[in-house]
Amino acid sequence: MEGSVAYENDLNLEATELRLGLPGTDEREEQTVSNVRNNKRPLQVADEECGANGKSNTQNETAPHAKAQIVGWPPIRSYRKNNFQPKKSECEGPGIYVKVSMDGAAYLRKIDLKVYTGYPELLRALENMFKFTLGEYSDREGYKGSDYAPTYEDKDGDWMLVGDVPWEMFITSCNRLRIMKGSEARGLGCGV
Amino acid sequence: MFWGNRKTLKMNYFPDEVLEHVFDFISSHKDRNSVSLVCKSWYKIERYSRQRVFIGNCYSISPERLIARFPGLKSLTLKGMPHFADFNLVPHDWGGFVYPWIKALAKSRIGLEELRLKRMVVSDESLELLSKSFLNFKSLVLVSCEGFTTDGLAAIAANCRFLRELDLQENEVDDHRGHWLSSFPESCTSLVSLNFACLKGEINLGAIERLVARSPNLKSLRLNRAVPFDTLQKLLMQAPQLVDLGTGNFVHDPSSEAYNKLKSAIQRCKSIRSLSGFLEVAPHCMSAIYPICANLTFLNLSYAPGLHGNDLTKLIQHCRKLQRLWILDCIGDKGLGVVASTCKELQELRVFPSDLIGAGNAAVTEEGLVHISAGCPKLNSLLYFCQQMTNAALITVAKNCPNFIRFRLCILDPQKPDPVTNQALDEGFGAIVQSCKGLKRLSLSGLLTDQVFLYIGMYAEQLEMLSIAFAGDSDKGMLYVLNGCKKLRKLEIRDCPFGNEALLEDVGKYETMRSLWMSSCEVTLGGCKTLAEKMPSLSVEIINEIEQMEFSLDDMQKVEKMYLYRTLVGHRKDAPEFVWIL
Repeated sequence: MEGSVAYENDLNLEATELRLGLPGTDEREEQTVSNVRNNKRPLQVADEECGANGKSNTQNETAPHAKAQIVGWPPIRSYRKNNFQPKKSECEGPGIYVKVSMDGAAYLRKIDLKVYTGYPELLRALENMFKFTLGEYSDREGYKGSDYAPTYEDKDGDWMLVGDVPWEMFITSCNRLRIMKGSEARGLGCGV
Repeated sequence: MFWGNRKTLKMNYFPDEVLEHVFDFISSHKDRNSVSLVCKSWYKIERYSRQRVFIGNCYSISPERLIARFPGLKSLTLKGMPHFADFNLVPHDWGGFVYPWIKALAKSRIGLEELRLKRMVVSDESLELLSKSFLNFKSLVLVSCEGFTTDGLAAIAANCRFLRELDLQENEVDDHRGHWLSSFPESCTSLVSLNFACLKGEINLGAIERLVARSPNLKSLRLNRAVPFDTLQKLLMQAPQLVDLGTGNFVHDPSSEAYNKLKSAIQRCKSIRSLSGFLEVAPHCMSAIYPICANLTFLNLSYAPGLHGNDLTKLIQHCRKLQRLWILDCIGDKGLGVVASTCKELQELRVFPSDLIGAGNAAVTEEGLVHISAGCPKLNSLLYFCQQMTNAALITVAKNCPNFIRFRLCILDPQKPDPVTNQALDEGFGAIVQSCKGLKRLSLSGLLTDQVFLYIGMYAEQLEMLSIAFAGDSDKGMLYVLNGCKKLRKLEIRDCPFGNEALLEDVGKYETMRSLWMSSCEVTLGGCKTLAEKMPSLSVEIINEIEQMEFSLDDMQKVEKMYLYRTLVGHRKDAPEFVWIL
């Protein structure tokens, strides 16, 4: 991909300016660009955030703060508005990166929990990453049928079995993951 | 029309059949309309041979007159609500009902085969009547319509024995989760195109598998969210001849057998040129489609949640033949740079915002657009939602891409100036209209003064549709456009300081246009009344908010929403209470 953006950084606007009148004449006055136009303000709904700034809709705002919604703006088809479910992704905020360790593995990995839609996806990804298989999950018996059990450390510092709590709760409370192996893992499956 | 001497009468010595045969080659609506204006005999021959009719405003003409003039009608296209209805600016129940049309056509001897509707209210009753009234009915296309349920679809499926096309695009359908797909009889093997992506409910997976299996001519298949990955794989095995595919749920585990099966199924689909859907998807899932990317000409990922910029660019790098791309702004400016260097055949680009409440967090800026313009010289159609735009960028884009036919720019923060110079974007848009001599459709945004309209009036000679929001300083702006754009057909304006003076200066102009929409402007009730009085060939509608039933009859009162259109059949009889027709 070409590095530099191929457009005029040196704004020679005068040369490209479209004008009426003969070349050489300078009829255009300095346009005073004003935002005030006959009480036509785009923010027709009360807006707390803007109020805090003291002024709404100034030209000089740099950081886009949350604006109140204008009816019918932005002009997106209502079908699209109603039916599109944006996932939490890069577009909307940072990921939830957690360390993943596996007993016996030389080094740790890191994954972004936001990327997955649920437990099955996450577990398959872990299986792929570390090249192992987990057993079948059940409420009562945990992961039966393999030497491994996925666990995580929650906000209280406790080590929990992955899969017990709803997914949304899990990704917000998970600090790190650990794939246990061997007797420790089997111990977790025996209905504590 | 009088012919002078006998020598110039040669054309009229051709028997009608010959002229009819010649007219067969004339397919565009505009051309056929012109043909019919040449002389009486041409009018007569043309109307008997006309099979396809397009009616851009269903209230401009009546079904009875349509039927009387074109007895050979086979295909009808109708549009109902004004465009701004898409953005919730038109109340429900405003109008645009298709039932009277179907009822009238059903009573006549018209052998309707195709019906294409946009922004109309379609009831189940209409669909049922349609399905039972026309033996040879082949094709139903509904775009942005509402008012029907899957029961209506079941009627179409059950009764249209030779159905080739059922194409539902972005409709609000009440999904009764019935077995409408099972209503296609076993004997129905004629399907060429089936699109039900907009349906929200579950469907009978067995039914869709069997339907696809018995439809050897199926070229286009777009599934809804409820169709899982496994089923998709089975469908592709049955339909390797597909040209257009819309997936439903595309979440899968890359190490699973289903994934491998899909990969091999997809590799057999050597004809797929158009791909859409991915209504549920995760980044690691996209590698399954790499094998067919090389031949894709249309890719629509605008409904695919959760794909990061990198995922998108990795995919697009395989798509060298892409002509049309619809994508989310997650792709970012850099990602658009990748598009620019990969997709040299690109003609149409649509970049939608992933942040839908308009909090102003679009991930693309003027940079991305400039990259595209530099890399894709064939670009002629653009819809671009962005964070900001500069005059310099627009001027560069205008230089790089003089072929724009459609140019729609939406800066999410209305009235935002050029962030570098703090100036209005007049010069930038001016450059676009001056350079793109074939421009037919334009949507403006950002901070704009009357100057931009001066440019539009001066240069946009082919402009047919113009959308304006939060722009201009005075009536002059609107007047520049009305006076200058000779080919203007649709003008839609919201939140601009245009008032009666602009509205009333040249009332005859509106007869040359399909429609004018003005909302939250400066026009008053008095101004609208004057217009309605002077122009009986127009229908001038005042659309009130339902809460405003206490609307005073004060002529000085500003009108919240006005929609006017030319019509040959006077005021419509089906207007709801909150619509006043002056």
